[in-house]
Amino acid sequence: MNQTTAVHGEKISLLRVLGPAHVWALGVGIVLVGEYMGWNFAVGKGGAIAALIACWAAGLLYTCVAMIDSEVTSTVAAAGGQYAQSKHIIGPLMAFNVGLYLVFAYTMLEAANAITLGYLVQTVGQMAGFAEAQDKPFIVLAIVFLAWLNYRGVYATLTVNLVLTAIAFIAVVILFTAVKPWSTEMLNHKEILNGLPYGWIGVLASLHFGLWYYLGIEGTCQAAEEVRSPARSLPLGTMAGIMTLLIAATMTWYLCSGLMPWEYLGQATTPLFDAARLTSSTPLMVLLFIGTMFSTLASANGCINDASRAWFSMGRDRYLPTWFGAVHPKNRTPFRSIVFLVPVALTFAYFAPLDQVITFSILSGLLGYTYMSIQVIFFRQMWPLDMIKRGYVHPFHPIPALVLLTICSATYFAVFLGYGTQLVAMMVFFIVASLWFHFHRYKYVRRGDQFTMNWPRPQGY
Amino acid sequence: MNSFQLIEYAAWALSIVLGLYMLFDTIRTNRAYSEDLLTSSREGEIDEALVIDPPHQGGHL
Repeated sequence: MNQTTAVHGEKISLLRVLGPAHVWALGVGIVLVGEYMGWNFAVGKGGAIAALIACWAAGLLYTCVAMIDSEVTSTVAAAGGQYAQSKHIIGPLMAFNVGLYLVFAYTMLEAANAITLGYLVQTVGQMAGFAEAQDKPFIVLAIVFLAWLNYRGVYATLTVNLVLTAIAFIAVVILFTAVKPWSTEMLNHKEILNGLPYGWIGVLASLHFGLWYYLGIEGTCQAAEEVRSPARSLPLGTMAGIMTLLIAATMTWYLCSGLMPWEYLGQATTPLFDAARLTSSTPLMVLLFIGTMFSTLASANGCINDASRAWFSMGRDRYLPTWFGAVHPKNRTPFRSIVFLVPVALTFAYFAPLDQVITFSILSGLLGYTYMSIQVIFFRQMWPLDMIKRGYVHPFHPIPALVLLTICSATYFAVFLGYGTQLVAMMVFFIVASLWFHFHRYKYVRRGDQFTMNWPRPQGY
Repeated sequence: MNSFQLIEYAAWALSIVLGLYMLFDTIRTNRAYSEDLLTSSREGEIDEALVIDPPHQGGHL
Protein backbone atom coordinates (compact mmCIF):
# COMPACT_ATOMS: atom_id res chain seq x y z
CA MET A 1 0.00 0.00 0.00
CA ASN A 2 1.24 3.46 -0.79
CA GLN A 3 1.89 5.08 2.59
CA THR A 4 0.75 8.44 1.27
CA THR A 5 -2.80 7.20 1.39
CA ALA A 6 -2.46 6.13 5.01
CA VAL A 7 -2.44 9.70 6.26
CA HIS A 8 -5.76 10.70 7.83
CA GLY A 9 -5.99 14.16 6.40
CA GLU A 10 -4.69 16.41 3.70
CA LYS A 11 -2.47 18.82 5.58
CA ILE A 12 0.26 18.66 8.14
CA SER A 13 0.91 21.46 10.59
CA LEU A 14 3.25 21.98 13.51
CA LEU A 15 1.76 20.67 16.73
CA ARG A 16 0.02 23.02 19.18
CA VAL A 17 0.96 21.47 22.51
CA LEU A 18 2.99 24.08 24.37
CA GLY A 19 1.97 26.23 27.33
CA PRO A 20 3.40 29.39 28.98
CA ALA A 21 5.91 27.31 30.99
CA HIS A 22 7.41 25.95 27.77
CA VAL A 23 7.63 29.48 26.37
CA TRP A 24 9.44 30.56 29.56
CA ALA A 25 11.75 27.54 29.27
CA LEU A 26 12.53 28.35 25.66
CA GLY A 27 13.40 32.00 26.34
CA VAL A 28 15.19 31.65 29.68
CA GLY A 29 16.76 28.35 28.60
CA ILE A 30 18.52 30.00 25.67
CA VAL A 31 19.77 32.87 27.81
CA LEU A 32 20.61 31.56 31.28
CA VAL A 33 23.98 30.22 30.12
CA GLY A 34 24.96 33.89 29.79
CA GLU A 35 24.80 34.18 33.58
CA TYR A 36 27.02 31.13 33.98
CA MET A 37 29.64 32.43 31.57
CA GLY A 38 30.28 35.25 29.12
CA TRP A 39 28.74 38.24 30.98
CA ASN A 40 31.93 38.62 33.01
CA PHE A 41 33.96 39.71 29.96
CA ALA A 42 32.08 43.00 30.49
CA VAL A 43 34.01 43.25 33.78
CA GLY A 44 37.27 42.93 31.83
CA LYS A 45 36.20 45.76 29.53
CA GLY A 46 35.42 48.34 32.21
CA GLY A 47 35.51 46.92 35.75
CA ALA A 48 32.77 45.46 37.96
CA ILE A 49 30.77 48.69 38.30
CA ALA A 50 30.80 49.11 34.51
CA ALA A 51 29.52 45.53 34.20
CA LEU A 52 26.65 46.37 36.57
CA ILE A 53 25.75 49.46 34.53
CA ALA A 54 25.94 47.30 31.38
CA CYS A 55 23.79 44.67 33.09
CA TRP A 56 21.03 47.18 33.75
CA ALA A 57 21.38 49.06 30.45
CA ALA A 58 21.16 45.75 28.60
CA GLY A 59 18.30 44.82 30.94
CA LEU A 60 16.48 47.96 29.84
CA LEU A 61 17.19 47.11 26.18
CA TYR A 62 15.79 43.61 26.60
CA THR A 63 12.79 44.76 28.63
CA CYS A 64 11.93 46.96 25.63
CA VAL A 65 12.55 43.99 23.32
CA ALA A 66 10.31 41.73 25.43
CA MET A 67 7.50 44.30 25.64
CA ILE A 68 7.57 45.12 21.93
CA ASP A 69 7.88 41.47 21.00
CA SER A 70 4.99 40.49 23.26
CA GLU A 71 2.64 43.00 21.64
CA VAL A 72 3.54 42.21 18.04
CA THR A 73 3.75 38.44 18.53
CA SER A 74 0.36 38.33 20.21
CA THR A 75 -1.07 39.42 16.85
CA VAL A 76 1.33 37.62 14.46
CA ALA A 77 1.19 34.10 15.84
CA ALA A 78 3.42 32.33 13.34
CA ALA A 79 6.58 30.26 13.41
CA GLY A 80 9.50 32.39 12.37
CA GLY A 81 8.71 35.01 15.04
CA GLN A 82 10.25 38.34 14.11
CA TYR A 83 10.66 37.14 10.51
CA ALA A 84 6.89 36.73 10.12
CA GLN A 85 6.31 40.04 11.92
CA SER A 86 8.60 42.02 9.63
CA LYS A 87 7.12 40.35 6.54
CA HIS A 88 3.69 41.69 7.43
CA ILE A 89 4.70 45.06 8.83
CA ILE A 90 7.66 46.23 6.72
CA GLY A 91 8.09 43.96 3.70
CA PRO A 92 9.83 40.97 2.11
CA LEU A 93 13.41 42.32 1.92
CA MET A 94 13.41 43.26 5.60
CA ALA A 95 11.84 39.90 6.45
CA PHE A 96 14.53 38.03 4.53
CA ASN A 97 17.24 39.89 6.46
CA VAL A 98 15.52 39.36 9.79
CA GLY A 99 15.17 35.65 9.02
CA LEU A 100 18.91 35.46 8.38
CA TYR A 101 19.67 37.42 11.59
CA LEU A 102 17.64 34.88 13.54
CA VAL A 103 19.22 31.81 11.95
CA PHE A 104 22.73 33.24 12.39
CA ALA A 105 22.18 34.40 15.98
CA TYR A 106 20.79 31.04 17.11
CA THR A 107 23.10 28.77 15.12
CA MET A 108 26.18 30.68 16.31
CA LEU A 109 24.91 30.61 19.87
CA GLU A 110 24.30 26.88 19.56
CA ALA A 111 27.88 26.43 18.31
CA ALA A 112 29.22 28.54 21.20
CA ASN A 113 27.29 26.42 23.69
CA ALA A 114 28.62 23.20 22.19
CA ILE A 115 32.21 24.54 22.36
CA THR A 116 31.68 25.44 26.02
CA LEU A 117 30.18 22.07 26.85
CA GLY A 118 33.10 20.29 25.16
CA TYR A 119 35.52 22.46 27.13
CA LEU A 120 33.79 21.63 30.43
CA VAL A 121 33.89 17.88 29.82
CA GLN A 122 37.52 18.12 28.70
CA THR A 123 38.39 20.05 31.88
CA VAL A 124 36.70 17.43 34.04
CA GLY A 125 38.68 14.74 32.20
CA GLN A 126 41.95 16.58 32.74
CA MET A 127 41.15 17.20 36.42
CA ALA A 128 40.51 13.44 36.74
CA GLY A 129 44.04 12.75 35.47
CA PHE A 130 43.41 12.21 31.75
CA ALA A 131 45.76 14.80 30.29
CA GLU A 132 44.95 13.79 26.69
CA ALA A 133 41.19 14.36 27.10
CA GLN A 134 39.58 15.78 23.94
CA ASP A 135 36.67 18.22 23.63
CA LYS A 136 35.63 17.46 20.03
CA PRO A 137 33.63 14.23 20.64
CA PHE A 138 31.45 16.04 23.17
CA ILE A 139 30.97 19.10 20.98
CA VAL A 140 29.68 16.86 18.19
CA LEU A 141 27.57 14.73 20.54
CA ALA A 142 25.90 17.79 22.10
CA ILE A 143 24.84 19.17 18.71
CA VAL A 144 23.72 15.84 17.23
CA PHE A 145 21.90 14.64 20.37
CA LEU A 146 19.97 17.88 20.78
CA ALA A 147 19.15 17.96 17.07
CA TRP A 148 17.79 14.42 17.44
CA LEU A 149 15.67 15.52 20.41
CA ASN A 150 14.30 18.44 18.38
CA TYR A 151 13.70 16.12 15.43
CA ARG A 152 11.58 13.79 17.59
CA GLY A 153 9.11 16.39 18.87
CA VAL A 154 8.69 19.86 20.30
CA TYR A 155 6.86 18.88 23.50
CA ALA A 156 9.59 16.56 24.76
CA THR A 157 12.26 19.03 23.64
CA LEU A 158 10.89 21.97 25.57
CA THR A 159 9.86 19.87 28.58
CA VAL A 160 13.52 18.83 28.82
CA ASN A 161 14.42 22.52 28.54
CA LEU A 162 12.01 23.38 31.34
CA VAL A 163 13.67 20.88 33.71
CA LEU A 164 17.24 21.87 32.76
CA THR A 165 16.50 25.60 33.02
CA ALA A 166 14.64 25.34 36.32
CA ILE A 167 17.54 23.41 37.89
CA ALA A 168 20.11 25.89 36.53
CA PHE A 169 18.11 28.86 37.85
CA ILE A 170 17.57 27.26 41.27
CA ALA A 171 21.34 26.60 41.46
CA VAL A 172 21.99 30.36 41.08
CA VAL A 173 19.44 31.18 43.79
CA ILE A 174 20.95 28.58 46.17
CA LEU A 175 24.48 29.92 45.61
CA PHE A 176 23.24 33.50 46.15
CA THR A 177 21.64 32.47 49.46
CA ALA A 178 24.70 30.44 50.50
CA VAL A 179 27.08 33.42 50.25
CA LYS A 180 24.85 35.30 52.73
CA PRO A 181 24.26 38.48 50.75
CA TRP A 182 22.86 40.19 53.85
CA SER A 183 26.29 40.10 55.56
CA THR A 184 29.96 40.75 54.77
CA GLU A 185 31.01 37.34 56.03
CA MET A 186 31.83 36.06 52.53
CA LEU A 187 31.21 38.99 50.21
CA ASN A 188 33.61 41.88 50.29
CA HIS A 189 32.35 44.54 47.90
CA LYS A 190 33.85 47.37 49.96
CA GLU A 191 37.40 46.10 49.44
CA ILE A 192 37.06 44.57 45.97
CA LEU A 193 35.10 47.18 43.99
CA ASN A 194 37.40 49.78 42.44
CA GLY A 195 35.10 52.22 40.63
CA LEU A 196 35.58 52.67 36.90
CA PRO A 197 39.21 51.78 36.02
CA TYR A 198 38.76 52.84 32.35
CA GLY A 199 36.24 55.62 32.98
CA TRP A 200 33.00 55.95 31.00
CA ILE A 201 34.55 54.61 27.78
CA GLY A 202 34.98 51.36 29.73
CA VAL A 203 31.27 51.43 30.57
CA LEU A 204 30.44 51.84 26.89
CA ALA A 205 32.83 49.03 25.89
CA SER A 206 31.31 46.70 28.49
CA LEU A 207 27.89 47.00 26.80
CA HIS A 208 29.14 44.52 24.19
CA PHE A 209 29.24 41.62 26.64
CA GLY A 210 26.44 43.11 28.76
CA LEU A 211 24.05 41.76 26.12
CA TRP A 212 25.19 38.28 27.08
CA TYR A 213 23.05 38.47 30.24
CA TYR A 214 19.88 38.34 28.14
CA LEU A 215 20.75 37.46 24.51
CA GLY A 216 18.04 35.22 23.04
CA ILE A 217 14.98 36.02 25.20
CA GLU A 218 13.25 37.22 22.03
CA GLY A 219 13.37 33.58 20.87
CA THR A 220 10.13 32.87 22.71
CA CYS A 221 8.04 34.00 19.77
CA GLN A 222 9.46 31.27 17.53
CA ALA A 223 7.06 28.96 19.37
CA ALA A 224 4.05 30.97 18.18
CA GLU A 225 2.69 28.22 15.95
CA GLU A 226 3.17 25.52 18.57
CA VAL A 227 1.57 27.09 21.67
CA ARG A 228 -2.01 26.30 22.54
CA SER A 229 -2.98 29.91 23.18
CA PRO A 230 -0.52 32.29 21.49
CA ALA A 231 -2.19 35.55 22.53
CA ARG A 232 -1.94 34.55 26.21
CA SER A 233 1.05 32.21 26.43
CA LEU A 234 3.59 34.23 24.46
CA PRO A 235 3.34 37.53 26.41
CA LEU A 236 3.08 35.63 29.72
CA GLY A 237 6.10 33.40 29.00
CA THR A 238 8.19 36.24 27.57
CA MET A 239 7.53 38.76 30.33
CA ALA A 240 8.04 36.11 33.04
CA GLY A 241 11.26 35.20 31.24
CA ILE A 242 12.74 38.71 31.21
CA MET A 243 11.81 39.17 34.89
CA THR A 244 13.58 35.90 35.75
CA LEU A 245 16.66 37.01 33.83
CA LEU A 246 16.79 40.47 35.42
CA ILE A 247 16.76 38.81 38.85
CA ALA A 248 19.30 36.15 37.87
CA ALA A 249 21.64 38.70 36.25
CA THR A 250 21.64 41.01 39.28
CA MET A 251 22.17 38.12 41.72
CA THR A 252 25.01 36.77 39.57
CA TRP A 253 26.77 40.14 39.40
CA TYR A 254 26.34 40.75 43.13
CA LEU A 255 27.77 37.47 44.34
CA CYS A 256 30.59 37.22 41.76
CA SER A 257 31.75 40.83 42.18
CA GLY A 258 31.80 40.38 45.96
CA LEU A 259 33.90 37.23 45.81
CA MET A 260 36.42 37.87 43.01
CA PRO A 261 38.59 40.88 42.08
CA TRP A 262 37.77 42.35 38.69
CA GLU A 263 41.16 41.43 37.22
CA TYR A 264 40.29 37.74 37.68
CA LEU A 265 36.54 37.94 37.12
CA GLY A 266 37.03 39.75 33.81
CA GLN A 267 38.69 36.74 32.22
CA ALA A 268 37.20 33.77 34.11
CA THR A 269 35.73 31.05 31.90
CA THR A 270 33.07 29.89 34.38
CA PRO A 271 32.53 32.69 36.94
CA LEU A 272 29.59 31.14 38.80
CA PHE A 273 31.37 27.82 39.16
CA ASP A 274 34.48 29.68 40.36
CA ALA A 275 32.31 31.53 42.89
CA ALA A 276 31.08 28.16 44.17
CA ARG A 277 34.68 26.96 44.49
CA LEU A 278 35.50 30.01 46.61
CA THR A 279 32.85 28.97 49.13
CA SER A 280 34.85 25.71 49.68
CA SER A 281 31.57 23.80 49.73
CA THR A 282 31.66 20.56 47.71
CA PRO A 283 27.85 20.28 47.34
CA LEU A 284 27.76 23.85 46.00
CA MET A 285 30.59 23.12 43.56
CA VAL A 286 28.77 20.02 42.28
CA LEU A 287 25.48 21.94 42.06
CA LEU A 288 27.02 24.83 40.10
CA PHE A 289 28.89 22.44 37.81
CA ILE A 290 25.57 20.72 37.06
CA GLY A 291 23.95 24.14 36.61
CA THR A 292 26.66 25.16 34.14
CA MET A 293 26.26 21.96 32.11
CA PHE A 294 22.45 22.15 32.17
CA SER A 295 22.33 25.82 31.19
CA THR A 296 24.64 25.12 28.25
CA LEU A 297 22.53 22.18 27.09
CA ALA A 298 19.27 24.12 27.51
CA SER A 299 20.64 27.02 25.51
CA ALA A 300 21.84 24.87 22.62
CA ASN A 301 18.55 22.98 22.69
CA GLY A 302 16.46 26.16 22.45
CA CYS A 303 18.71 27.54 19.74
CA ILE A 304 18.15 24.48 17.53
CA ASN A 305 14.41 24.89 18.05
CA ASP A 306 14.45 28.58 17.09
CA ALA A 307 16.90 28.47 14.18
CA SER A 308 15.01 25.59 12.57
CA ARG A 309 11.64 27.41 12.90
CA ALA A 310 13.04 30.54 11.26
CA TRP A 311 14.63 28.52 8.44
CA PHE A 312 11.43 26.49 8.02
CA SER A 313 9.27 29.61 7.78
CA MET A 314 11.49 31.14 5.12
CA GLY A 315 11.31 27.90 3.14
CA ARG A 316 7.52 27.79 3.49
CA ASP A 317 7.26 31.29 2.02
CA ARG A 318 9.70 30.39 -0.81
CA TYR A 319 12.27 32.89 0.46
CA LEU A 320 14.46 29.77 0.47
CA PRO A 321 13.82 26.52 -1.44
CA THR A 322 10.38 25.16 -0.46
CA TRP A 323 12.04 21.85 0.42
CA PHE A 324 12.86 23.35 3.82
CA GLY A 325 9.19 24.11 4.52
CA ALA A 326 8.31 20.46 5.21
CA VAL A 327 6.78 19.10 8.44
CA HIS A 328 7.43 15.55 9.62
CA PRO A 329 4.11 13.66 9.45
CA LYS A 330 4.69 11.75 12.69
CA ASN A 331 6.90 14.00 14.80
CA ARG A 332 5.26 17.21 13.54
CA THR A 333 8.57 19.06 13.47
CA PRO A 334 10.34 20.99 10.66
CA PHE A 335 12.61 17.98 10.18
CA ARG A 336 14.48 19.03 7.04
CA SER A 337 15.44 22.39 8.51
CA ILE A 338 16.63 20.71 11.71
CA VAL A 339 18.78 18.21 9.79
CA PHE A 340 20.13 20.84 7.36
CA LEU A 341 21.35 23.12 10.17
CA VAL A 342 23.26 20.34 11.97
CA PRO A 343 26.35 20.44 9.69
CA VAL A 344 26.24 24.26 9.72
CA ALA A 345 26.43 24.34 13.54
CA LEU A 346 29.05 21.58 13.55
CA THR A 347 31.26 23.53 11.14
CA PHE A 348 31.23 26.66 13.31
CA ALA A 349 31.66 24.69 16.54
CA TYR A 350 34.50 22.63 15.12
CA PHE A 351 36.54 25.27 13.32
CA ALA A 352 35.68 28.78 14.57
CA PRO A 353 37.15 30.39 17.73
CA LEU A 354 34.65 30.92 20.58
CA ASP A 355 34.92 34.72 20.81
CA GLN A 356 34.31 35.11 17.06
CA VAL A 357 31.28 32.84 17.21
CA ILE A 358 29.88 34.79 20.19
CA THR A 359 30.50 38.13 18.46
CA PHE A 360 28.70 37.05 15.28
CA SER A 361 25.79 35.86 17.41
CA ILE A 362 25.64 39.17 19.32
CA LEU A 363 25.85 41.18 16.09
CA SER A 364 23.04 39.22 14.45
CA GLY A 365 20.89 39.71 17.54
CA LEU A 366 21.72 43.42 17.64
CA LEU A 367 20.68 43.91 14.03
CA GLY A 368 17.40 42.21 14.89
CA TYR A 369 16.73 44.49 17.88
CA THR A 370 17.45 47.59 15.81
CA TYR A 371 14.86 46.53 13.27
CA MET A 372 12.32 45.84 16.06
CA SER A 373 12.47 49.41 17.30
CA ILE A 374 11.65 50.71 13.82
CA GLN A 375 9.06 48.05 13.15
CA VAL A 376 6.93 48.73 16.21
CA ILE A 377 6.63 52.42 15.28
CA PHE A 378 5.36 51.37 11.82
CA PHE A 379 3.05 48.81 13.44
CA ARG A 380 1.36 51.33 15.73
CA GLN A 381 1.04 53.87 12.89
CA MET A 382 -0.35 51.45 10.31
CA TRP A 383 -2.56 49.41 12.65
CA PRO A 384 -3.45 51.57 15.70
CA LEU A 385 -4.71 49.97 18.91
CA ASP A 386 -8.38 50.27 17.95
CA MET A 387 -7.81 48.57 14.57
CA ILE A 388 -6.30 45.23 15.64
CA LYS A 389 -6.94 43.47 18.94
CA ARG A 390 -3.69 42.67 20.74
CA GLY A 391 -3.13 40.02 23.41
CA TYR A 392 -0.77 42.49 25.10
CA VAL A 393 -0.28 46.25 24.66
CA HIS A 394 3.13 47.59 25.65
CA PRO A 395 3.02 50.83 27.67
CA PHE A 396 4.53 54.30 27.05
CA HIS A 397 4.83 53.92 23.26
CA PRO A 398 7.06 55.19 21.56
CA ILE A 399 9.48 55.54 24.51
CA PRO A 400 10.48 51.83 24.60
CA ALA A 401 11.18 51.89 20.84
CA LEU A 402 13.34 55.03 21.14
CA VAL A 403 15.19 53.69 24.19
CA LEU A 404 15.83 50.44 22.32
CA LEU A 405 17.19 52.28 19.29
CA THR A 406 19.45 54.46 21.47
CA ILE A 407 20.94 51.54 23.43
CA CYS A 408 21.40 49.54 20.20
CA SER A 409 23.34 52.46 18.68
CA ALA A 410 25.60 52.67 21.74
CA THR A 411 26.18 48.90 21.60
CA TYR A 412 27.19 49.04 17.91
CA PHE A 413 29.89 51.48 18.96
CA ALA A 414 30.91 49.15 21.80
CA VAL A 415 31.20 46.21 19.38
CA PHE A 416 33.11 48.39 16.93
CA LEU A 417 35.68 49.17 19.64
CA GLY A 418 36.58 45.49 20.03
CA TYR A 419 35.46 43.76 16.84
CA GLY A 420 35.26 46.41 14.09
CA THR A 421 36.37 44.03 11.33
CA GLN A 422 33.66 41.51 12.18
CA LEU A 423 31.05 44.27 12.29
CA VAL A 424 32.01 45.46 8.80
CA ALA A 425 32.25 41.87 7.47
CA MET A 426 28.78 41.10 8.76
CA MET A 427 27.30 44.24 7.21
CA VAL A 428 28.89 43.36 3.84
CA PHE A 429 27.48 39.82 4.09
CA PHE A 430 23.93 41.07 4.70
CA ILE A 431 24.18 43.58 1.85
CA VAL A 432 25.30 40.83 -0.57
CA ALA A 433 22.55 38.49 0.72
CA SER A 434 19.96 41.27 0.24
CA LEU A 435 21.10 41.82 -3.35
CA TRP A 436 20.84 38.07 -4.01
CA PHE A 437 17.31 38.03 -2.57
CA HIS A 438 16.15 41.12 -4.46
CA PHE A 439 17.57 40.24 -7.87
CA HIS A 440 17.36 36.44 -7.83
CA ARG A 441 15.27 34.79 -5.15
CA TYR A 442 12.24 37.06 -4.88
CA LYS A 443 10.94 36.03 -8.30
CA TYR A 444 10.13 32.58 -6.85
CA VAL A 445 8.00 34.03 -4.05
CA ARG A 446 4.21 33.88 -4.47
CA ARG A 447 3.59 37.46 -3.52
CA GLY A 448 -0.04 37.17 -2.40
CA ASP A 449 0.49 33.96 -0.41
CA GLN A 450 3.15 35.31 1.90
CA PHE A 451 0.77 37.66 3.76
CA THR A 452 -1.42 35.41 5.87
CA MET A 453 -2.75 37.58 8.70
CA ASN A 454 -6.39 38.53 8.46
CA TRP A 455 -5.77 42.21 9.16
CA PRO A 456 -7.67 45.24 7.85
CA ARG A 457 -6.03 47.52 5.29
CA PRO A 458 -3.36 49.60 7.07
CA GLN A 459 -4.15 53.21 7.91
CA GLY A 460 -3.06 55.56 5.12
CA TYR A 461 -2.91 52.84 2.41
CA MET B 1 43.39 2.92 25.97
CA ASN B 2 42.21 4.65 29.15
CA SER B 3 38.64 4.92 30.39
CA PHE B 4 38.23 8.53 29.20
CA GLN B 5 39.15 7.47 25.67
CA LEU B 6 36.41 4.85 25.90
CA ILE B 7 33.95 7.62 26.80
CA GLU B 8 35.19 9.65 23.84
CA TYR B 9 34.67 6.69 21.47
CA ALA B 10 31.21 6.17 22.95
CA ALA B 11 30.41 9.85 22.26
CA TRP B 12 31.57 9.49 18.65
CA ALA B 13 29.56 6.27 18.24
CA LEU B 14 26.38 7.79 19.71
CA SER B 15 26.77 10.86 17.51
CA ILE B 16 27.09 8.68 14.40
CA VAL B 17 24.08 6.53 15.36
CA LEU B 18 21.84 9.56 16.04
CA GLY B 19 23.07 11.36 12.92
CA LEU B 20 22.40 8.32 10.75
CA TYR B 21 18.99 7.83 12.38
CA MET B 22 17.95 11.38 11.40
CA LEU B 23 19.40 10.99 7.91
CA PHE B 24 17.71 7.65 7.19
CA ASP B 25 14.42 8.77 8.72
CA THR B 26 14.49 11.91 6.58
CA ILE B 27 15.10 9.85 3.44
CA ARG B 28 12.41 7.32 4.42
CA THR B 29 9.88 10.08 5.16
CA ASN B 30 10.68 11.86 1.89
CA ARG B 31 9.97 8.62 0.00
CA ALA B 32 6.90 7.57 2.00
CA TYR B 33 4.89 10.79 1.71
CA SER B 34 4.17 13.07 -1.20
CA GLU B 35 6.00 16.38 -1.38
CA ASP B 36 2.69 18.26 -1.47
CA LEU B 37 1.66 16.70 1.81
CA LEU B 38 5.00 17.30 3.54
CA THR B 39 5.01 20.96 2.54
CA SER B 40 1.28 21.54 3.14
CA SER B 41 1.75 23.55 6.35
CA ARG B 42 0.50 27.11 6.03
CA GLU B 43 1.36 30.08 8.21
CA GLY B 44 -1.37 31.34 10.49
CA GLU B 45 -3.68 28.33 10.15
CA ILE B 46 -5.02 27.46 13.59
CA ASP B 47 -7.00 24.29 13.21
CA GLU B 48 -6.87 21.43 15.67
CA ALA B 49 -8.55 19.19 13.10
CA LEU B 50 -5.35 19.24 11.07
CA VAL B 51 -3.81 16.68 13.43
CA ILE B 52 -2.86 13.61 11.44
CA ASP B 53 -1.43 10.31 12.54
CA PRO B 54 -2.86 10.64 16.11
CA PRO B 55 -0.57 8.07 17.78
CA HIS B 56 2.36 10.38 17.14
CA GLN B 57 1.89 13.73 18.81
CA GLY B 58 5.39 15.08 18.61
CA GLY B 59 6.38 13.55 21.93
CA HIS B 60 3.07 14.53 23.57
CA LEU B 61 0.99 11.43 24.14
